[in-house]
Amino acid sequence: MFEVVAFYLFSFLTIAMFSITVMTKNALYALSSLAAGMIFISAFFFLLGAEFLGAVQIVVYTGAVMALYAFGMMFFDSMKEIKENHQNPRLTFVLSGMIALIVVFIFTAPIIGANITAEYPLGMAAELYGTIDGNTQDIGIVLFTKYLVPFEVAAVMLLVAMIGGIILSGKKMDISQTELSDDSIDSKSIVKDEK
Amino acid sequence: MSITLNDYLILSTIIFMIGMFGVFRRTNLLMLFFSTEIMLNAVNIGMAAISKFHEDLTGQIFAFFIIAVAASEVAIGLGLLVLWYKKHNNIDLTTLTSMKG
Repeated sequence: MFEVVAFYLFSFLTIAMFSITVMTKNALYALSSLAAGMIFISAFFFLLGAEFLGAVQIVVYTGAVMALYAFGMMFFDSMKEIKENHQNPRLTFVLSGMIALIVVFIFTAPIIGANITAEYPLGMAAELYGTIDGNTQDIGIVLFTKYLVPFEVAAVMLLVAMIGGIILSGKKMDISQTELSDDSIDSKSIVKDEK
Repeated sequence: MSITLNDYLILSTIIFMIGMFGVFRRTNLLMLFFSTEIMLNAVNIGMAAISKFHEDLTGQIFAFFIIAVAASEVAIGLGLLVLWYKKHNNIDLTTLTSMKG
């Protein structure tokens, strides 16, 4: 009963938050509602018994990704209302609706999922070591045995992404724009004004 | 009455569709990034749900790798976005058209 109430409450909240993100014209509203939606999604992971995944969701998404967006938005004019000209609002609705229909057909189609056998069943740690530490230990066992190579590759990928991000956004960072006068900023043309 | 796999899959689909609607609708590149984050999260819910109801850990592991990919995508994408903003002073998708046919 508790699970049912929690599921419907959090699904309502998540859908509302993400709808705000997609619909709003203010970039700050979009950012904060997206962060709230990420936290509500971690509630589903806790409901599903994937506690470690839920903790990672909070730490990585609302801790790292949202902070990155928040710092990135300092470069942009975030308080300004976003002006977008929607050329074909009806086409957007039709396309999204058709893809939704296709996905519904995929989900309702008879699938072979009924006779899938679990290769890495839940509760492996309890079987192997006789402990009942649950999800985190299970994840550790699977991640550091079968998925060790993808794990290392993911680590290298994150390193490459970090260096790429620093190099891309760090250009001309050695010039302090706050200490320069307005004229010398214009002459250095750090921000080229096209208008 | 209890929550089944179908309920979670339907929720995942709804959230994915919200993200996809955002990708179709938005022309601001930052908002486009937000929409892709929503879609990635929707897939993560589906992965975790299948992992629970088929009692297999592989779904959760895949969700971890999706999170790692999303994090690096944000780092690179935001770097490129800052670079584009410095050059053209806006991040609208329509300004990216350089080949006028």
